[in-house]
Amino acid sequence: MGDALLPAWSLGWREIVRFHRDRARVVSGIATALLFWMLIGFGMRGSFTPAGMPSGVGAVEYLFPGTVVFVVLVTAIVGTFSLIEDRRSGFLQGVIVAPVPRASIVLGKVLGGASIALLQGVVLLPLLGALGIPAGLPGILLGLVALFAMAFTLTCIGFVVAWGMESIQGFHGIVNLLLLPLWFLSGALFPLDGAAGPLKVLMRLDPLAYGLAAFRQALYGRADVAFADPATAWCVTMGFAAATFGAAVLVSRR
Amino acid sequence: MAVVRLGHRYRHRPALEDVSFEVGRGELFGLLGPNGGGKTTLLRILATLLVPESGRAEIAGRDVLREPVAVRRRIGVVFQDPGLDPWLTPAENLRHQGHLYGLRGTELAERTARLLDELGVAGRADDLVRTLSGGLRRRVELAKGLLHDPDVLLLDEPTVGLDPGGRREFWRSVGRVRGEREVTVLVTTHLMHEAEACDRVGILDRGRLVALGSPQELESGIRGDVVALETAEPDRLAAAVAERFATEAQVVDGIVRIERLDGAALVPRLAESFPGMIRSITVGRPTLDDVFVQRTGHRLRDGAPGELGNEDEPSDG
Repeated sequence: MGDALLPAWSLGWREIVRFHRDRARVVSGIATALLFWMLIGFGMRGSFTPAGMPSGVGAVEYLFPGTVVFVVLVTAIVGTFSLIEDRRSGFLQGVIVAPVPRASIVLGKVLGGASIALLQGVVLLPLLGALGIPAGLPGILLGLVALFAMAFTLTCIGFVVAWGMESIQGFHGIVNLLLLPLWFLSGALFPLDGAAGPLKVLMRLDPLAYGLAAFRQALYGRADVAFADPATAWCVTMGFAAATFGAAVLVSRR
Repeated sequence: MAVVRLGHRYRHRPALEDVSFEVGRGELFGLLGPNGGGKTTLLRILATLLVPESGRAEIAGRDVLREPVAVRRRIGVVFQDPGLDPWLTPAENLRHQGHLYGLRGTELAERTARLLDELGVAGRADDLVRTLSGGLRRRVELAKGLLHDPDVLLLDEPTVGLDPGGRREFWRSVGRVRGEREVTVLVTTHLMHEAEACDRVGILDRGRLVALGSPQELESGIRGDVVALETAEPDRLAAAVAERFATEAQVVDGIVRIERLDGAALVPRLAESFPGMIRSITVGRPTLDDVFVQRTGHRLRDGAPGELGNEDEPSDG
């Protein structure tokens, strides 16, 4: 087992070091997060009252968890660019020719990418207090687990798309096609309760909706802030993470 | 290391046809050939990255097809494309490489320090790779390939993109490395003088192995000297020379080429016989270039521009 974990750890470590050394990525990552939050939050202030939410939860507050998730997801997906870069530069060839199981390679890349994405989300968490979301430390920690699971999942999806991909443009196109509907239907912008019938069905089919539900429930410490009960939310989230990881490993063996 | 009857095609274009050779332990073996000749394909098969359509290959007694993981442990590979992470330092690149091979801790640190020192990169060990010159980077790659102490080192066109000074330094490094440990080196190149420095050479052209032996053996297969004539009308001149001197005269890329025992003696007679037709005459001892011409009927171009792309890859996807 040590044989498989050491390479994974090292590959993950490399992703984080690269991120840290690329000042532009660090600064733009944080700036995007803040900008996004301000635009969505304040721009839509008072324009709607989220349906089915406990009283007192306004638009800005409602949008906050979804915004954090968005920032994390985009970072996770963008992070898998590095796979295309590695392939182009020849670095990946050097990794593949080493006696390392493919699952370790995937695990390393994905853990590294997901950690960076999670970090971006963490930057936003101090705003919880300003919004009056009553999250305690255990709630925040549990919320981070949910965020990490979503980041992990999206990095796996990015990995699957990026593996056979030669151009960054092509990658962009496919990823947008996946990421935007997933996020839009996740309940990040409007609650399921207020949605029209067919949209409700689609939202229930969106695995990300369960991740966001788990995240909201963790932050509020109560179940009635999302459409699914916590057990379902966590099962679907973890199951989806495992499934996408499996897909990434399969793809990497081709 | 043995390669037996290896064959491979990309779509319908043959990349390797019935290639067989053996490389002895500790030998420096050069695969010489033009870009697209099949060198990289062969190297990718040996590196377990490509499954050949026919034939088999063995490295350190392990079958490349049946025991790829065992083979991977025993080979170090330096690819033509840069394999270092430019955002990491040489020391970090090597540490990462070591982890991939299950090395860690003090042993890894010691090996890294020793190799960087041996290859003259120790002074830059903690600078980002992106700030290093091409020559230094290549030497770090060599260190990376040697880190897990492989039996066989595979180098794919390791000096492409380096200036002559960088090339010389790289080859000096290879020499130093071979002096320190028993490692078999297989190197591909399209440069004649790099192949001349190898213990033995295989010449690959259009997927076929057209010559195999030490550079001296191969060169002594050509008797005497090689006389090359530059002219405006190569075909006419070749025919005339062949008739007049009862010798064979080939036209290769617009140059008339004659193999003769007494090359020098032929020069004045040629100049006398064909006044005004000959632009220049050169006489030389046969080189691997001449061996290549003799075996293939065409020249091996030394790094002509536009030919330095990623050879051998199927261009149609």
